[in-house]
Parts: sequence; structure tokens; C-alpha cells
Amino acid sequence: MKQDYSYVGHSVDRNDSYAKTTGHAQYTADLKFPGMLYGKLIRSTIAHGRIKSIDTSEAEKLNGVKAIITAKDVPSMKYGLSPARFDENIFCIDKVRYNGDKIGAVCAVDEETVYKALKLIKVEYEELPAVFTWQDAAKEGAPQIFDEYPNNLNTEIHHHFGDCDAALKDAHYVRTDKFQGQRTYHAFIENHCSTAYWDGDRAFLYSSCQSVHYVQYHLCRVLGMKMGNLTVRQTNVGAGFGGKLDPTGLDFTAVILSKITGQPVKMWYDHNETFLNGRGRHPITMELTTGVDKNGKILAHKFDAVLEGGAYTGLGIASSYYAGSLLGVLYEIENYKFDCRRFVTNLPPCGAQRGHGQPQPRFAFEHHIDLVGEAIGVDPIEMRLVNARKGNSITTAGYEVKSYNLVGANKMARDASGWTDKKGKLPVGRGIGVGNGGFVTGAGFCQYRTDYPHSIGMVKIFDDGSKAYVYSNAVDIGQGSDTVLMQMAAEAMGYPYERCQMITGDTDLSTLDFGAYASRQTLMAGWAVKRAAAEVKKKILAKACEMLRASGRVKEGYGYLDGPLTPEDLDCVEGIVFIKQEPAVKLTFEEVARKYFVDHGVLLGRGWYHPGKLGGNHKGAAVGTSPAYSSATQVAEVQVDMETGQIECVDTWDVHDSGTIINPKLFHGQVHGAFYMGVGETIWEEVKFDMKTGKLLNGNFSEYRLPTALDMPPVESLTLDDSYEPNGPYGLKEVGEGATTPTMGAVANAIYDAMGVSMTELPITYEKVWRALRDKKASGK
Amino acid sequence: MSSFVVDKNGIKRYAITMNVNGSDYTKVIKANTLLVDLLRGDLDLIGTKKGCELGDCGCCTVMLDGKSVNACLLLAVDCDGREITTIEGIQDGEDLDIVQEKFIEHAGFQCGFCTPGMIISSKALLNETPNPTEYEVREAIAGNLCRCTGYVNIVKAVLDAAEDL
Repeated sequence: MKQDYSYVGHSVDRNDSYAKTTGHAQYTADLKFPGMLYGKLIRSTIAHGRIKSIDTSEAEKLNGVKAIITAKDVPSMKYGLSPARFDENIFCIDKVRYNGDKIGAVCAVDEETVYKALKLIKVEYEELPAVFTWQDAAKEGAPQIFDEYPNNLNTEIHHHFGDCDAALKDAHYVRTDKFQGQRTYHAFIENHCSTAYWDGDRAFLYSSCQSVHYVQYHLCRVLGMKMGNLTVRQTNVGAGFGGKLDPTGLDFTAVILSKITGQPVKMWYDHNETFLNGRGRHPITMELTTGVDKNGKILAHKFDAVLEGGAYTGLGIASSYYAGSLLGVLYEIENYKFDCRRFVTNLPPCGAQRGHGQPQPRFAFEHHIDLVGEAIGVDPIEMRLVNARKGNSITTAGYEVKSYNLVGANKMARDASGWTDKKGKLPVGRGIGVGNGGFVTGAGFCQYRTDYPHSIGMVKIFDDGSKAYVYSNAVDIGQGSDTVLMQMAAEAMGYPYERCQMITGDTDLSTLDFGAYASRQTLMAGWAVKRAAAEVKKKILAKACEMLRASGRVKEGYGYLDGPLTPEDLDCVEGIVFIKQEPAVKLTFEEVARKYFVDHGVLLGRGWYHPGKLGGNHKGAAVGTSPAYSSATQVAEVQVDMETGQIECVDTWDVHDSGTIINPKLFHGQVHGAFYMGVGETIWEEVKFDMKTGKLLNGNFSEYRLPTALDMPPVESLTLDDSYEPNGPYGLKEVGEGATTPTMGAVANAIYDAMGVSMTELPITYEKVWRALRDKKASGK
Repeated sequence: MSSFVVDKNGIKRYAITMNVNGSDYTKVIKANTLLVDLLRGDLDLIGTKKGCELGDCGCCTVMLDGKSVNACLLLAVDCDGREITTIEGIQDGEDLDIVQEKFIEHAGFQCGFCTPGMIISSKALLNETPNPTEYEVREAIAGNLCRCTGYVNIVKAVLDAAEDL
């Protein structure tokens, strides 16, 4: 299947290398426009209450204040991800629903004046009782946060495939375990920023977002604008991890305030506000019941999950489905029951974060299955090998899986980590653990109902052939999508990669792509630009054929050419067009492209991608469908200080079944970063609130504890050579999110192996470990 | 103390001169102006990023008289008469510094937002410790948070740069 390629599979340098290492790379907050004003949101200071009055009169008198807006000044249409749960307004209309909720916005001539004005605005509330945990939200007679969600129940899912109860009756061993996840945050370093200006009836918005298309769509829907009248643009984005996918209050208000003032307006969050904007991982309360036969084969699995959603739905509806929909891809489980509830609470909303909805359920399952294996005397990796999905199969829920080598990933991780010599043989305090995971390579459906293709690509060759412009609004938030898209385009048209240029981040100038989420871009935008580039190549070969025939350099009718020269006799590689049977007869791509321009005008190639109808007919089947699924195994080795509870992650291994690797250097970088986020969430990270006021307690990086360079273990990132995905361009599939999903399980299992106490609550902090060890000692076991 | 003028509201503005990337700049600023805001706002040196504004993330790291500091924790008036080096000042004309080259070679960045600060911290380390151990590299960049890379390729890049120095 694999071929020798000029660019695909090569570790070319990133296209943004110079800009990002020299400080020239511009991010949204770096942009300046003449006459630009600065603005911030007015935020609620209570968790739940009716707004009685908003007095902006003092602030309006402050010199330099240009405009102050509240709900009465903006459209009242609600937005969100799923129409049934559109529940968020630009500004709160009657009620505030969390401490930090959006009440209005101020803009002024400089930042200092904005902060001064915010202090002068007085909001009077009729305070209502608030709920900060799902347990309180679900209680009979609990305060109602939304009229449309009785008992604060936002979403309910009940999937039942096969017959769990019958299968559990026949099981050799049945076990139930409970787990608790925590609220975490994406913690990108670049805060959200949106800057807008108007030209006549057209608005231009720069947004640090993950999808220019969705920002354009949602804003136009709420603001009642034609999409052609709102251009959404993008500079570099200082990472996203899911936290820049929903439109923010900044996007809406920058557009509205710049219209009102007639001046460019820059809206920005400070660091604390990015935490208030929220949309990070839901804390999930989980109960798992599994029945196995004596070899560890899973006969039935029941998964009950409750997500604590915070104040609004946003992407949380998809998080809920993802919590349960992908387990059946990873393991072959005939009888599977997934029950899920999502409650709203008076805290910032939760949403999508790397691995969307899946990492905590993976943690729970991967630890649970080790406990099951331990009880019946089956090694953890053996447990996984017995149950791992094989390729070319259909899941119980009806998803078609093409390439899938989880078995190979487990075996390679076992060998690379020295598992067999270590498991059960390490001294007390040292442990080794394994976890599996994987992800979709793009979601099967758009975020809203549309028959649009999921990605459109275009390639334009500059007039004289000296440059190839690759068009796609796929968003490079750091993962390197621009680089790999150009590698694929260059490969497909036989043009030098170094002379490709990405045209992106502009809804006017570039072409539709739904953006960076669900690990979709390399596959979906990849197909679109590959097809566009292939069309360019076809035109180049046809023109070259014409030129060669006219030149008289080809002896037609002799030898290998028994007839006239045809485009099929030619190929083009790295900018050289040649006759396949006689490579010495050649033209440059550049001269052929120039001739094409002279004869026909601009040389364009166009491509598109739509995943088509994907399987699964049950309600909610849409979340989990994908053209291709990755799988991965991680092994972690840890050292636990049995006196203090301190955990050191010593060594880690990742094997990712990712199809063809387009750029190994960038691929491994994704694995490192995914593991980094996973290990941070396993041991250190948790967003905390005052449980009386709902006030955010640690919206900063000294108290929200990210791992530093001193905490991060080495990661050996390995790949399976024979992995090839027929549904991906060049045989690729995802890596960026899937590699976060096994981490919590692997590290938690290693901690269990080291200390002998099962830790079921994330994060597994030093303190929790110390307490668990103390209790173990006290109980004398 | 540098000379100042008083505006109509009674607020003092100080005239300071500092050398940034080899050139002297004289600016009239308020006492509470942060170095990061002066660099970004007045001098358009946007390579110095603004992240947490609390000294936690390190993306505003610059060199003050050769030592790495957080520009969000420094008052610009305290930099009067001193030498600042930002990310824009470490390359030699068209030639990138070896640390920049190695960050590119090893893909020691992804979104790039922490990168200027990360490179400055690495430069400051190598200026004092040309042959650092891996631990010394990790310690030197421990005040620079990166959410994308897990630091793996950054550490490789800095160690490799030290080899080539």
C-alpha cells in the first residue's frame, strides 16, 4: 500500500517556523487598527439571580468611555450547538446563571479606562438560591436554573444494545466500581480576543477561534446578517484544545460595539476570564458494571454517567454522547448499556476539551478493567488483547470501522516498555500501568443541519508558475495543519512543497472548512486539498502533453509510444513533468503552468470532501460516527513516595495506530502534548470554586497547576508501520485527541500498581495518595 | 529618578530611556506602566506576549541586562537606563540564532505563543551555562508554561543548541 513520496511521510519544517521563532507571528491581540477602542464584558458577581437594574450612568460620564451595552441593546436570539438546547444569549436578559455570567460590555479609548468604567457600573440583583453540584441540582425542589430544563436535567441518554442483564447472569465474574472525574480547563496560553470593524454594511471580525465558519454562522444567525456581509478572519491562534470552538461574548460584542461607535473595537479576556468563559472538561460521576468469562472476555458492560454541565449547554450535548459512544469502538462488546444524564448548575459552562467527553470515561473503564482482571487472575494487557476491536468490523452501535490495530498497539507497547519483566515485579512504590484509547477522525455530521460539504479545497497556481496557493479554512491552532495540508497538496500535484503557500483564516478569501475539532482537519481538509491538487496536476499533464507534442521532441509511433503521446504517459514529481518511460524528456511544472496561464487564464484546482452517510440508526448515533477511528495504547511507569504521597511519572510509552504519518516530527509532537495534558489532569489539575458563592477560586496558573518542564516525563512515541486507513487521504487518520484518551487510565493504573490502593477520584493528588496510604496503614491491611 | 511631568489630573509621567535590542528609546510613561505594555504598545514589539499577567506563564519573558525576567512583573520606570533584549533582538540580521534554528529543527513549538519567552529563557541559560544538563534546561524553562508540546522537543532543541555552541 505504501509508496515512496516526496513530501508525505517526511518531517518537513513547519511553514510558520520563521514567524513563530522570531516573534513576528501575529495573534489577534497583537493587531492594531487606527482609532481602535478597547472593550471588556460586564460580568455577574453572583451565581444566580434576577437582574433588577443596571446603572451605567456614572461609567458613561467617565472621560474616554465610548459605549456601554446590555441586553436591551442587542438581539435576543439564543444560540448553542443543538437547536433543542439553544439556551445562551449574548447578554443575560432576565437572570444571571453563574458568577461571571455576561451582563453587558464597555468600550473606551484605552484599557485603563475600561477597567475604571467597569468599577462604576452598578448591577442590582434579586438573588436566587444557587446549586453548584449535580447532586444538589437534581434534588427535589432544587432551584430551577432554566425553565426549559425541569429539575435542571439538561440531557438524558439511554442506549441499550443487546441484553446486559441476561449476559451478566451467565458471567463468570461481575464487578461494579464507581469513579469521579473533575472539572479541568484547556489552559491555552493565549487568551481569547476578538477585534472587529465595519466598512459600510460589511463587518470584519478577527477572532482567536477554532472555526472561522462556525463563528461566522452563529454570529450571522443571531445578529440577523447575511453571511456574505460578515468576514471572519484569523491570525495565528495560541492553541485551543476545544476552548475556542463556541463563539464567545467577545465575538458578538466586538461586532456590535464597532457598529455603534464606528471605530474598530478590540475585546479581550484576561486570564481569569478565560476560566470564567469555561467550556473545559465536565466532571463526570461514573458507575461501571462489567461481567466477564474466565478468560476476561467482556460479556456485558453497563455504564452510568452523570455530567455536571455548568450554566449553559453549548458543546456539552456532544460531550454527553461522546462519554459513552466510543467504548464500543475500542472494545468488542456485544451487550452494552449506556445511561447518561447532564445537569445544569450555577457554574461556568463545561464543554469540549481534547478527547471530547471521553478521557474521564476512559480513565474509569481502564482502571475498572484492571480490577476485573486482577480478580480473575488475568494480566491487564491480556485483558485488553482479549477484548480489543479488530479492523474491518462493525460496532454494536452500527459504526463501520476500517483500519484498527489496537492489538498491535498493545503488543508493541508491552514489548517497548518491558512490561513482562516489570508487571508485578517492581518494588513497593514503583508501578507500571496500561491504558487504551482512540478517537474519531472527524465527526460524521456538521454542527448544524446543512448539506454543505465538510471541506472545500482549492489550489491556485500563480501566473508564472512560481507559487502554489493552497486554500482551506482549516484552522492551524498549533497542531500544524497548514504544514501537513501543503505537504499533501504538494505531493498530489507534484510541485515543490517549499513553494506552496497557505491561504487560510479568512471566510472571504479562502474556502469552507468546519474547523479544528473532532480531529477532523487532516482527513477532511486533507481530502479536499488533495483532490484540488490532483485536478491541477491533471491540467498540467494535459498542457505538458500538448507542449511536448508541439515541440517535436517526442518520437510518436515508435518503441514505447506506439501511438501519439497522451497525458497518461506523463507524470509530475517535485516540479518536473516527464515521460514515465523516458524521464530525460521533461519540462518544468513552472513553464507548463505559465503556458497554461497564457492560453487559458488562471490555473485552478478544486476539491471537496463529504463523509457521506455513516452508520448507526439509534437516537444520538450521529455523535461517534466517523470515516476513520484511531486507537492507541499507553504504558506509564511511576514512582510513588510512600511517605509523602508524591508521584513522579518516570517513563511513558505511546503506540498510536494512526494510519500513514504525514509528518513524523509533528505527529510525535501531538503525542507529547496529548500525554502532557492527560498526565496533568491525572495528578494535578482541577478548577475550583467557592461552594457557597460559586466564585472561581483558581483562575490562574499558580493555583491551577499545569505540569512544568520539571514534571513532564519522557515520552517514547511509537507507530505501527503497517497502519493504513482506506478512508483517509494517503491512508492517514487522527492523532491529536486520541493520544490524550489513554493517559489517565495508564497513569492511574501505574499508581495503583505502585501503592496497592485503588484511586478512583481525579485528580489523584499527592494529598489524596498520602491519605489513602495513611488509611491503608491504619486499617492494617 | 528620571524627570517627570504632571498632567492636569495630577498624575506624574516619567521620561525614561532604555536600550531595547541595541537601540535607545525615550518614552514618557506613567509610574504604573508595565514593561510588557511599553514593549508591545509603544514599541510594537509584539513578540513579547501577554498571557497570565501574573508572572506564572512566562510568555512575556525578556532579558534585562542579560538575565531572563517576566516583563509583566516589571515596572517600565525601573528599566530606565537598562538594556532589554526581546525575541526580536536575538537574531543576527537575516541569520537566526542557534536556539531559534534548533527550535525549528526539533519542532520545539506548536501554537507558538509561549515560544518567544521559551527561547529567551533558553538563551539566558546558555549565556551563563553553555553546557547545561537536561535537568538544568528543565529548571531554566520551568517558569515558561507550554500547553502544546509537553516540553519534550523544547528540551531536545535547547540541548542540541548547546552542543552546537
